[in-house]
Amino acid sequence: MKEKLVVIGNGMAGMRTVEELLEIAPDKYDITVFGAEPYGNYNRILLSPVLCGEKAIDEIMLNDLQWYEDNNITLHKGVKVTNVDRKACTVTADDGTTVEYDRLLIATGSDPFIIPVPGHDLPGVIGFRDIKDVDTMLEVSKSKKRAVVIGGGLLGLEAANGLMKQGMDVTVIHLMDWLMERQMDDISGDMLKNSLEEQGMTFRMKTSTSEIQGDGKVEKIIFADGSEIETDLIVMAVGIRPNIELAKQIGLHCERGIVVNDTLQTYDPKIYAIGECIEHRGMVYGLVAPLFEMAKVCANHLAAYGIGIYTGTITSTKLKVTGIDLFSAGDFIGDDTTEDIVVRDASRGVYKKIVIKDDKILGAVLYGDTIDGSWYFQLMREGTNISDIRDALMFGQGHLGDSGHGGNVVANMSDDAEICGCNGVTKGDVVKAITVKGLFTLEEVRAHTKASSSCGSCTGLVEQLLETTLGGDYTAPEAKPVCACTEHTHDYVREQIRTQKLTSIKDVYTKLNWKTKDGCAACRMSVNYYVISSWPEESKDDYQSRFINERAHANIQKDGTYSVIPRMWGGMTTPKELRAIANVAEKFDLNTVHVTGGQRIGLYGVKKEELPLIWKDLNDEGLVSGHAYGKALRTVKTCVGKDWCRFGTQDSTGIGIKLEQLSWGSWMPHKFKMAASGCPRNCAEATIKDFGVVCVDSGYELHIGGNGGIHVRVTDLLTKVDTEEEVLEYAAAFCQIYREEARYLERTAPWIERVGFTYVKESIVDDAAKRKELAERFKFSQDITRSQEDPWTERSTKGVDAHEFTPLKVIG
Amino acid sequence: MSNWIEVGAVDDIPVLGARVVRNGDVDIAIFRNNNDEVFAVTDACPHKQGKLSQGIVHGQSVTCPLHNWKIDLTNGEALGPDEGCTGHYMTKIESGKIFVEIN
Ligand code: SRM
Ligand SMILES: Cc1cc2nc3c(=O)[nH]c(=O)nc-3n(C[C@H](O)[C@H](O)[C@H](O)COP(=O)(O)OP(=O)(O)OC[C@H]3O[C@@H](n4cnc5c(N)ncnc54)[C@H](O)[C@@H]3O)c2cc1C
Ligand code: SF4
Ligand code: FES
Repeated sequence: MKEKLVVIGNGMAGMRTVEELLEIAPDKYDITVFGAEPYGNYNRILLSPVLCGEKAIDEIMLNDLQWYEDNNITLHKGVKVTNVDRKACTVTADDGTTVEYDRLLIATGSDPFIIPVPGHDLPGVIGFRDIKDVDTMLEVSKSKKRAVVIGGGLLGLEAANGLMKQGMDVTVIHLMDWLMERQMDDISGDMLKNSLEEQGMTFRMKTSTSEIQGDGKVEKIIFADGSEIETDLIVMAVGIRPNIELAKQIGLHCERGIVVNDTLQTYDPKIYAIGECIEHRGMVYGLVAPLFEMAKVCANHLAAYGIGIYTGTITSTKLKVTGIDLFSAGDFIGDDTTEDIVVRDASRGVYKKIVIKDDKILGAVLYGDTIDGSWYFQLMREGTNISDIRDALMFGQGHLGDSGHGGNVVANMSDDAEICGCNGVTKGDVVKAITVKGLFTLEEVRAHTKASSSCGSCTGLVEQLLETTLGGDYTAPEAKPVCACTEHTHDYVREQIRTQKLTSIKDVYTKLNWKTKDGCAACRMSVNYYVISSWPEESKDDYQSRFINERAHANIQKDGTYSVIPRMWGGMTTPKELRAIANVAEKFDLNTVHVTGGQRIGLYGVKKEELPLIWKDLNDEGLVSGHAYGKALRTVKTCVGKDWCRFGTQDSTGIGIKLEQLSWGSWMPHKFKMAASGCPRNCAEATIKDFGVVCVDSGYELHIGGNGGIHVRVTDLLTKVDTEEEVLEYAAAFCQIYREEARYLERTAPWIERVGFTYVKESIVDDAAKRKELAERFKFSQDITRSQEDPWTERSTKGVDAHEFTPLKVIG
Repeated sequence: MSNWIEVGAVDDIPVLGARVVRNGDVDIAIFRNNNDEVFAVTDACPHKQGKLSQGIVHGQSVTCPLHNWKIDLTNGEALGPDEGCTGHYMTKIESGKIFVEIN
C-alpha cells in the first residue's frame, strides 16, 4: 500500500516539491493536492509580463491539468482547505471533501497586505498576487484611465508599469524617501524614479494614505496631509504576509511564518511546510530561489532518504520592467566596518556600488548596467577573496583578461556567430533550441545542442544566452550538481568522502543516495578521482571509471587507433632513444611521426592490439609512458639554459628534469603542465603553464596558474626562491593543494580564479608549515600508489589488463 | 538463417566493461553491465563511428568515447536528443558462456 501525501496549496513551492519527489521516489505516495485557485500550477513571477501584455496566461502554466492526470495526482482545484484534524490525520475542504494523510505538506504561500484604512474593502481595491488580480486590472484598464498603486517596491513598480502599458495614468504612492528601499540605496533609488518619470509614471513620495472613498466602488483616495486624487483602481502592494491562518487554527507553532527546522518539518512531525508561508531560522522569504532549494530538501525527506538540510538562501533581485536594468543582492548599505567601491556616471545613467568586508563582497547594487550582476553574486556566494581583482572589479568580468568567461558579449553577437567551437553550434542554434524546445537549464541546452558539452569553455556564453533569451524565467542555479545522477555539488561530494571516509565509488553512491546505480560517464570519473585522491592508501582506483585514454594508456584518435608518446625528460633526448622511436615507427608501419607541442615525439595510427608490443620495444631502450593521455602531469618544457645559452642564468633543463621526476605519474583533477626557462626571455613559455619556473641571476621565480588553450591565462608570480630544493618543495605543495581542492576537470587557471590567488599564496608561501605538509602528502601519495611504476611496462610484460588489448574472439 | 555463436565466457569481460568480437570486417562490441547482463552492438557509434567498446558503461547504456553520445545497448539506438542507431545483436548466456546470434 502506498502512503498518502496531501498538499495544501497549488503554488510554486508545493508543486516544485511534488516534481522533485516524483523524480526521486515516484511510487512512494498517493498524492492529493488542494488549490484555492481554479487552475493547474502556474509561474507567478510571470504575472508581471502578462499584465504588460508580453505574455499570455497559457504561456505561464508550469503544469497543466493533464500533468496531474499523467502522474496520478488528485487535484481539487478551486477548493480551499478549511480544517486539519491532526489526531485523525485528515484534511477537510470547503466543498466538504475529507481525505486522510500520512504526510501533509503545507504550501499556502502568502497574501498581499491590505492596509486597513476606511474604504479598503470597496470594489476596485486589490492586491497583486494571482491571475484574478491581473484579470481585474486588465478589465478596468479597458474602460477606465486612472490608477493608483500604493507601494513603490518591486511588486508595486511592476504593477504600475503594467498598468501604464495598458494605457492608464498611474500614480505611485510611497511612504519612504526613495523607491525600493529594501533593494536599493538612496542614489540608485532616485535614478530609478527619474527613469520611470521619464516613461510617464507619477510619484508621491513620503506620503501615507488615510482613507479611500467611493459610492459602491473606488472613486478617490485621501492622504494623511489632507490632499486627495481621483482614481478608478487602487492596487495595494505594500508587502506580503505569510498565509498562516490555517496553520494557526490547527495549533501549529507559528511566529511570522510557520516555524520549520532544517528539514522543513513543522512542530508536528507528520506535517511539512514550504515556501513563502514558512519561517526558517528567523527568515521569511518572498522570492522563488529559496523555495527551489527548500523543495529539494523537503522532497528528499518526504522520500525518506533523510539527507540534505536547508540552511537558508542568499537572494538577489532584478526588476522586471523592460528598459530598466537593476540588480541588487546582499548587504548593499554597509556600516562602519565595511568599505564601498562606487561608480557613478550620471550621463550614462549608470550607478554601481559594491560593499566589501575583509576582502569579500557583502552586497551589491547595480543600476543601468547589470551585466556583471551574476558575477558579483557568484563571488559573494562563494566568498571569493577579491583582493587580487580589486582594481578591475568595477569594470566587470569582461576586463579581467580573457581567462574567465568574458562579459556579456552574446547580446551583441549575430545569429551565425559560433558559440561552441568544439561542436560548431551557433548563437542562432542555441536560441532556437531554447525557444522552440522550451529549454530552461544549461544541462538541457547541452543535451539538445551539444553546446558547452565538450571543453566547457563556452559555458558562460550559453548561460548568458539562457538569461537573455528567457529573461525572468531563468534563474541561474545556486551551485551546480555534479551531473543529473545526483543533486550534490562537487564540493559537497568530496567533503562527504573525507568526513565519512568513503573509500569506493559504491560507498559514495549508496551513502549519498545517487539516483542511478552506476552513475554516468561524468560522475563516475569525478567520484573515482575524489576517492583515490582523498584516500590514496585505503582506496583502489576503479578501472572502469576511467576515460578510455587512461584505461588504454594511450590517446584514442578519431578513427579508433591510438597515439603513443613516450616521455622525454625535461625535453631532453638521446640518439639511442631517437633510434628506438625510429625503429618502432618502421617496424609497426607508423607513418605519422610528429614533434608535439610539448617537446617530445608522438607516433600516430597505432592499432590497439599492437600497443603492448610497441611499449615493450620502447621500454627496452629505457623509454616510459609520457601520460600524454592522462589527467596527470604531462610535460615539463625547458630551454637549454646556462650550459649553452649566452643569457642563461641557471640549469633550467636540470631543474625541469627534476620536476618531471618528482611529479610524473601523479593523477590530477585535469592535465598539468610545467616549464622551466633559463632567463626572463622565457623561451620555454613558463608563464603560461600550470607551474612555471623562470630562472634569474639570484634564484628562481615560481609562477602558477597559467595555460594556453582557448582562454589563454598568464601565470601569477607566486614567489621567488633561492635553491633547487625549494623549487621542488613548492612544486610538490602546489601540485598537492591543486589535487586536493580543485574540482575534477578544473585546470589550475580557472581554479585559481575561483578561489583567489591570495588564498593559494597564503597556503603555500606565507604558511611554511602548511607547505611542508602538502609537499609531504604529495610524496606520500606518489609512493603509496606506486604511481611511478611505468604503466606501459606493467601492461607489456606483466600482463596487467591483458583483456584490454586482445579481441574476445575472431570469427568469420 | 540465424546462427548462435559462442564467443567466450561472461567472466572474460570486466563488469561495466566491454570486449570486441571480430567478425570478418565488422567489429562487434560485447558489453557486460552491473547485473551481469550481456549486450552486443556493432562497434561503431551512429554519430562518427566512435568505438563504443571503448566507452563507459552504465545501466543498460554506453557513453561513446569520442563525443559523449549515449547508446541504448538493448537496441543500439542513440538516447536522449541524439538520433541514430547502430547494429544490434541478440545474446544469451548458457552456463557462463556468451552466445551471439549472427545472421
Ligand atoms: C599531441 C598534442 C599535439 C601535438 O601533436 O603537438 C596535443 C594533442 C591533444 N591535445 Fe593539446 N596537445 C598537445 C599540446 C598542447 C599544448 C602545448 C603545450 O603543452 O605546451 C597546449 C596549450 C598549453 C596548455 O595546455 O595550456 C594544448 C592545449 C590543449 C587543450 C586546451 C587546454 C586548456 O586548458 O584550455 C586541450 C583540451 C582539453 O584538454 O580539454 C587539448 C587536448 C588535446 C587532446 C588530448 C584532445 C583529445 O582529447 O583527444 C589531443 C590529443 C591528441 C593525441 O592523440 O595525442 N590540448 N595542447 C600535444 C601533446 C604534447 C605532449 O607532448 O604531451
Ligand atoms: C506579480 C509577482 C511577481 C513576482 N516576481 C518575482 C520575481 O521576479 N522573482 C522572484 O523570485 N519572485 C517573484 N515573485 C514571488 C514568487 O512568485 C513567490 O515567491 C512564489 O510564488 C511563492 O510560492 P509559494 O508556493 O510559497 O506561494 P504561492 O505561489 O502563492 O502558492 C500558494 C498557493 O496556495 C493556495 N492556498 C493558500 N491557502 C490555501 C488553502 N487553505 N487551501 C488551498 N489552497 C490554498 C493559494 O491560492 C496559492 O495558489 C513574484 C510574485 C508576484 C505576485
Ligand atoms: S631562456 Fe633565454 S637565456 Fe635562457 S636559455 Fe633560453 S634563450 Fe637562453
Ligand atoms: S562518434 Fe560517438 S559520439 Fe561522436
